[in-house]
Amino acid sequence: MTDISSSSFVRQDLLAERPAPIKTTGFIGLVRTRLFNSPTNILLTIVGALLLWFTVIPSVRFLIVDAVWSGQDRTACLAENAGFAVGACWPYIQAKLPQLIYGFYPEAERWRVDLTMLLAVVLLLPLLVPRLPAKGLNAGLFFVAFPVVAFFLLHGGGIKGFGLSWTAGLLQLFDESIIGAGQALLSLSKTSAIAPLLWVVGSLIVLVGTAISWLIFPLTWLRDYVQVMGQPVWADFGITAAIVSLIAFFLAGGIRTGGRALASSIAIFIAIAIVIKLMGLDRGGLPIVTTNLWGGLLVTLVVSVTGIVTSLPIGIALALGRRSTIPLIRIFSIAFIEFWRGVPLITVLFFATYMLPLFLPGNFTVDGLVRALIGIALFTGAYQAENVRGGLAAIPRGQGEAAAALGLSWWKTTSLIVLPQALRHVIPNLVNSFISLFKDTSLVSIVALFDLLGSLRASFSDPKWSTPSTAFTGFAFAGIIYFIFCFGMSRYSLFVERRLNAHRRS
Amino acid sequence: MSEPIVKISGLNKWYGEFHVLRDIDLAVAKGERIVICGPSGSGKSTLIRCINALEEFQEGEIVVDGIELGPNLKHVDAVRREVGMVFQSFNLFPHLTVLDNCTLAPIWVRNIPKKDAEATAMKFLERVKIPHQANKFPGQMSGGQQQRVAIARALTMNPKVMLFDEPTSALDPEMVKEVLDTMVDLAEEGMTMLVVTHEMGFAREVANRVVFMDAGQIIEANTPREFFAAPRHARTKLFLSQILR
Repeated sequence: MTDISSSSFVRQDLLAERPAPIKTTGFIGLVRTRLFNSPTNILLTIVGALLLWFTVIPSVRFLIVDAVWSGQDRTACLAENAGFAVGACWPYIQAKLPQLIYGFYPEAERWRVDLTMLLAVVLLLPLLVPRLPAKGLNAGLFFVAFPVVAFFLLHGGGIKGFGLSWTAGLLQLFDESIIGAGQALLSLSKTSAIAPLLWVVGSLIVLVGTAISWLIFPLTWLRDYVQVMGQPVWADFGITAAIVSLIAFFLAGGIRTGGRALASSIAIFIAIAIVIKLMGLDRGGLPIVTTNLWGGLLVTLVVSVTGIVTSLPIGIALALGRRSTIPLIRIFSIAFIEFWRGVPLITVLFFATYMLPLFLPGNFTVDGLVRALIGIALFTGAYQAENVRGGLAAIPRGQGEAAAALGLSWWKTTSLIVLPQALRHVIPNLVNSFISLFKDTSLVSIVALFDLLGSLRASFSDPKWSTPSTAFTGFAFAGIIYFIFCFGMSRYSLFVERRLNAHRRS
Repeated sequence: MSEPIVKISGLNKWYGEFHVLRDIDLAVAKGERIVICGPSGSGKSTLIRCINALEEFQEGEIVVDGIELGPNLKHVDAVRREVGMVFQSFNLFPHLTVLDNCTLAPIWVRNIPKKDAEATAMKFLERVKIPHQANKFPGQMSGGQQQRVAIARALTMNPKVMLFDEPTSALDPEMVKEVLDTMVDLAEEGMTMLVVTHEMGFAREVANRVVFMDAGQIIEANTPREFFAAPRHARTKLFLSQILR
């Protein structure tokens, strides 16, 4: 030992390295420093170990050790035949898997569902990997082209016309309803006390309607002319393509700068033509499978993906509306948000399914699945609006002022400065709502749509597979499927959060 | 004096019942550097925020480079394109890199191609002496550096007038100097500047005119030499005696 009590000290020989007296690394180190280093921790470790023991061991026993893995019907999963207390009955899942995925979708057409899911995966995966190029094209395909293709794949059916017919039809419907309203007023004026006033207003409306019908006459005439031709869809398609491309060409600046717009418009129409040809949409398309035959994972995915994709824009619009300085927009947004947040989702679905048809005019029907989709989208949209508003509130006023001082308009300030920051703040909340939406899709089973859980419950009633463990096996399986999707979303959101918040790490 | 580039006449502004700006008349010649000082709450910041319409006003008129800005704020966008502003709290966009901060407005407001906008931005970043930090995020820089980026960002829009709203008040003393040096350089190049600041040294050295405000009105305006050596109004004398100890 060196004496350093005197003020000056010079080391004579350097000390050699030696191991620590107790191990602080590796498993032993972990046990010593983290698990058993104090009485409280010893207690917690023991409680934790017991908890694991009582949850993990029975689960593994049920799912794997005591499970029956093969068999033709319920007899394989009975204790007296298996010779032991049977856990999960996997042959049941195996037998019911098609029903759990497709519901009552006709067997011969199930390739269409497979193809749709494959398309979705092929388009979605590159969108999720930041390093891959062409995000704009990819997003356009996934968010615009894919839903249309998926509709014709899953639902089937063809088209009778194209842009021209649709525009003409829509305008005609609009015009007819105007004339109809005018005529209703006219007929009312025969009995009413304020007859002259009603008559004047009614005649005015009818006059306007007639004027519009003359205005759109060239369009409807062209539509009728095209419809009697040999190839109405293609003739209509050609006219629409020509008109839209020309408009794009001139809007983009004509001969000088419009070349690009023209080329991309033509490319888009060629792609649409290929899709129409491939799917035979001009010749009636694929056989129609009505949505009441859809079921299982298919419905769960359709409802949740549509809900997720549509609720975010709705939420953003409502959140911006709620902060608007224009009273009408603000009041509408607040009323909308508070209404949808104040009503349980089950009520929304019930109302959409059973009450809405009573209010709509007789010949006007909306498909049951679409009604549920709209209900869920608006419901989740209201929740997302409050999430987004939280993010907006976190952005200092100076950000908007700095952008305004640089001459950016309100729209550009919002979309380039405020929203990108606000949404980054609330990624956890947004994904939280997405996950909860994904699980809430199981509520559609109460309005006669058979999602994954609904199909599962329906399959319980099959006497061929009725065993004591059927229900447990089924719910375990459904739980695993839900967990995979939700956990996937959760992990991906963490990844996005880390990536987009690079600026907050200094 | 030639036609003023900024002409404020009869400007009155109320926050609810509170009369913040009272009959402000001020003309700024091209290339002139004006320092506005005064106690807090005297309306200095509000005045220069009115010039690029960040604040609305109820009476009077502001003309910037021939563009009229009345109480209805009709030509807001045109005025803002001619006027650059630097804030006390920098207000850089934290989610964008320094370079993107400087190219955003030229690309989205002036429709300049990205390449050209980046070249211009780099030129101005060099002028404020931080070209090597172009790919950092604002949060990774010191306050002084951030404020110099903010100056560069405003300059990329080629403004005819620059407004500074207490640009050094949020900085520690060492960083104040680097920002003031940048502003002095800018002044030497002939930029028209309106600066709200408490840096009396800067006022003495750079300003053509010092404007003293209190209770929403201009109390005294004079050349810095006259202003500091022989203040005439009693309120000015009190103010100067308190800050120049």
